[in-house]
Amino acid sequence: MDIGPIWRAMLKNKSGFVLIALQIAVTLTIMVNAFGIIQERVNKIDRDSGIDEANTFAFASVLFKDYEREQRMALIDEDLDLIRNVPGVVNAIASNSFPLRQGGWSMALGLEPGNQTPESVSSAIYFVDEHGVETFDLTLIDGQNFTPDQVNWADPEDNTWPAWGIITEALGKELWPDETGSYVGKSFYINDNDPVNIIGVIDKLQAPWESWSGVERSMIVPQRRASEFVRYIVRTEPGRRDELMPEIEAMLVASNADRIIRDMVTMEEVRKLAYVGDAALIKILGFVVVLLTIITSLGIIGLASFNVSRRTRQIGIRRALGASKPAVVRYFLVENSIISAVGLVVGAALSIGLNIAMVGAFSLEPLAWYVIPAGMLALWAVGQAAVAGPARRASNIAPSIATRSG
Amino acid sequence: MLRYYLKLGVLSIRANPALSALMVAAIAIGIGACMTIVTVRHVMTDNPVAHKNDRLFHVQLDNWNPNDPYEEPDEPPEQVTYLDSTALLQAGRAFRQVISFKSDRVVQPEGDEIRPFQEEVRATSADFFAMFDVPFRYGSGWDAEADRGEERVTVLSSPMNDRLFGGEDSTGRMLRMNDELFRVVGVLDDWNPVPTFFDLNNNPFDGPEQIYAPFSVAVTGEWGSSGNNSCWKPPEEGGYAGYLASECIWIQMWVELQDEDEKAAYAQFLDDYVMEQKELGRFPRELNNRLSTPEEWMINREVVDDTVSVLLSLAVLFLIVCLLNTIGLLLAKVIRRSNDISLRRALGASKAELFRQYIIEAGMIGVAGGVAGIGMTWLGLRGIENVFADYDFIGNLVKMDWAMVGLAVALAIVAALCAALYPTWRACSVSPASTLRVQ
Repeated sequence: MDIGPIWRAMLKNKSGFVLIALQIAVTLTIMVNAFGIIQERVNKIDRDSGIDEANTFAFASVLFKDYEREQRMALIDEDLDLIRNVPGVVNAIASNSFPLRQGGWSMALGLEPGNQTPESVSSAIYFVDEHGVETFDLTLIDGQNFTPDQVNWADPEDNTWPAWGIITEALGKELWPDETGSYVGKSFYINDNDPVNIIGVIDKLQAPWESWSGVERSMIVPQRRASEFVRYIVRTEPGRRDELMPEIEAMLVASNADRIIRDMVTMEEVRKLAYVGDAALIKILGFVVVLLTIITSLGIIGLASFNVSRRTRQIGIRRALGASKPAVVRYFLVENSIISAVGLVVGAALSIGLNIAMVGAFSLEPLAWYVIPAGMLALWAVGQAAVAGPARRASNIAPSIATRSG
Repeated sequence: MLRYYLKLGVLSIRANPALSALMVAAIAIGIGACMTIVTVRHVMTDNPVAHKNDRLFHVQLDNWNPNDPYEEPDEPPEQVTYLDSTALLQAGRAFRQVISFKSDRVVQPEGDEIRPFQEEVRATSADFFAMFDVPFRYGSGWDAEADRGEERVTVLSSPMNDRLFGGEDSTGRMLRMNDELFRVVGVLDDWNPVPTFFDLNNNPFDGPEQIYAPFSVAVTGEWGSSGNNSCWKPPEEGGYAGYLASECIWIQMWVELQDEDEKAAYAQFLDDYVMEQKELGRFPRELNNRLSTPEEWMINREVVDDTVSVLLSLAVLFLIVCLLNTIGLLLAKVIRRSNDISLRRALGASKAELFRQYIIEAGMIGVAGGVAGIGMTWLGLRGIENVFADYDFIGNLVKMDWAMVGLAVALAIVAALCAALYPTWRACSVSPASTLRVQ
C-alpha cells in the first residue's frame, strides 16, 4: 500500500483530519496522566501497614463518671485482663492510636538536646506495654521487646518520657542516614531534653496518617496512660475476629456502666476509610478514561463514515479499476494510522508537558517511562478498531457505482 | 427568518439522528464532567459568611520556636495559646471576640431510651452566635456575664434538640454531660455552614458541632481539645494547669471589627500586646501577627484538596476532547452539504445569511447539550456521592444550586458556539458556483 497518495489525498482536506488528530492528542494526554495517577494511588493503597490487619480490631472506652487516676488505672488493667482471657484472643493492648487511623501523636526527635530545629525528625508515637509487639504483630529485626519492668504509667504531673523505645527501620535511617551497623544502643532526645535509648528495631509499623510523607516513621514507647478515653486494640486468632467483636463489646458493656464502648471497627474498615479518597479517585479516573476512549472512537467512526459516503464514487471507480476489497479496507486503515501517528506524537509531547506541570503544582510522581508508549499503542489500536467498520462498508461499495452519475 | 432557520436546523438535525445525538451527547458528557468537578469545588470554596467577609478576622500570633517556623516559609501558628486567647478576650478591644475549641463529651440523656453517647461539643465564649449570625429557633445564646460566672448553660442544634427533647422548646430543661448538668438556654434554627470556616482543623466539611457550652466552664472542667494540639516545647508543669500555661496552641480566635480604622487599631493593639509579652520572655520570633478574613483564611489553609484541582484540569481537557469531537462532526456535515450551500449562495444568499443559519443550527445542538449536561452533572454528582459513600459528610459537597445550573447552560452554549464557529466559517466560504460546475 502506497502511503504517498493517501497522504496527498489527506492534504486536500486537512481540517477534518487535523481535528481528529488533535482529539487523539488530547485523549492521549488525559489517558496517560490519569493512568499515572491511578498507578500512584494503587501503589499507595497496596502499602503494608505492618500490623495483622485481617485479624485485628479496635474500639474506644470513654468514661463519663469522675474517676480518680488509680480507679482509671484499675479499670484498664481489669479490661485488658478480661479481653486477654477470652479464648481466641491472641493479645490486646490499650494504646493511643494505630496505623491508618488518621489521628495520633507525633513528636520531634533530635540527636542533640534542646528545642526542635529544622534538622529534627518527626515520628509517630504509639504508647504500648510489653504486649504491644505481639498485638501489632511486629517483627523485631534487631534488639528485643520491652520487659514488664520497663513499662510505667504516665504521671500527669511529670512530662518526662520513658527512657526506652523501639523504632522502625525507616525512622533509624532518617535519624542516622549514614549508619550501616545496628541502631540498638543508640540514643536520641525527645520532648527537647529527654534521652531515649533504642532497645529494638522493627521492620515496619506505619504512622496513623497515610498521606504523611514520613508515614513509615514510628516508635513504640513503654508507657501506659490512664485517661478517660482509652483505645483498645485486639488481635485474634485467624478467622475469629467477627465472632469475638460483639462478644467482647457485650462483655465490656456489662462489666462497667460508667463508660461507653464506641468506635468498634475492624482494621479492614479502617483501611477502607483511610483510602476512600484514593479508591474513589481510581474509580473516577478509570471511568473518565473509558468514557473518553468511547467518545474518541465514536468521533473516528463518525468522520470515517462521512469520508466513506463522500468518496462513494471514487471508491467505486477504484473498485472498477481493479482494486480488491482488502485494498479499500487497507486504504482506510493506513489513513487512520497516519492520523493517529500525528495525533499521538503531538499527544506524547502534550502528556509530558502536562505531567511536568502537575508534578510541579500538585506534588505528583512523574510518569513511568513506559506509560506514554503503552498509551500510544493502545490508542492506535482503538483507532484501527474504530475505523474497521466504516472501512468494511467502503469495501462493500459496488464497482458499478462508478458508472452512475453522482 | 429566525423561525425558518430554526425549522431548517431541526430538519438538518433530524436528517442525521445518530450523528446529532453523538454531538449532543459529546457536549453533554463534556459539560457534565466539568460541571461535576466545578460544583464540588464551588461548595468547597463557598464562604458561609461572605456577607461579613470584610468584618470578621481570624487572629494569629507567632509564639513559635525561634529556630523553626510553624510552617515554611514564615507562617504564624494556625491557632493560639490559652494564655493569649484569654488575655485578648479579657482586653475586649474588638467589637466582638470569640475564642473556642472542640472537645469530646459524653451526653447522658434522661431515661433509658437513649444510651449515653459521645459528642463533639464546641466550648466557646459568648459572642460566637452574634458574630457568626447563628440563627435561633428557641431562646438565645448566653452572655458575657454567664461566661465570666462560669454558668453551666448550653445551646443545642435543632437536630440535637430533636434527638434529645423531641424537637420541643427545650429552653430551661437540663442536659447531663460527663455527669454535670447544663441548662439549655437556646436551640439553633437550621444552620449548616460548609466549610466550617471558624475551625478548619480536622475535617472542615463535616458541618458544625451540635452542642455549645461556655469556654470558661470547659476550662474549669478541664476539657481537653479533640482538635489539633501542637507544642514547640514541652509544658513546664504537668497536668491541665501546666497545659494552660504552656506555649501549646489549640484555640481558634476570631474578632469582628466594623471598619478599616478599627482593624488598624486592633492590629496595633496586637503588636503592642506581643511586644509586652516579649518583655516577659515569650514570643522569641519576630513580630508576625496576622488578621485574615474568612476567605483569606480558607485559601491559606488550602481547604480545596489538590485532588480536586487535578480532576478539574483533567475535566477541562475532557471538555476540549468533546468539543474537538463536535467540531469534527459539524465540519464533516458542512463539507457534505457543500452542494446545498453553493446552490443557496448562487441563488443570492449572503454569507451573513448562511452564517446565521448554521450558527442557529449549532446553537440548538449547544442548548440540547447543555440541558442534557445538567442531567449528566446530576449523574456525575450521584457518582461522586457513590464512590465516596464511606464519607458521611459527602452529602454536604454534592449539592447543586441554581448558579451551577445556569453556569452549565451558559458553558454548554458557549462551548457549542465555539465548536460551531469554524465549521460555519467554512460553510460561508464555499464559493457560489464551486460544486455546481461539476454537476
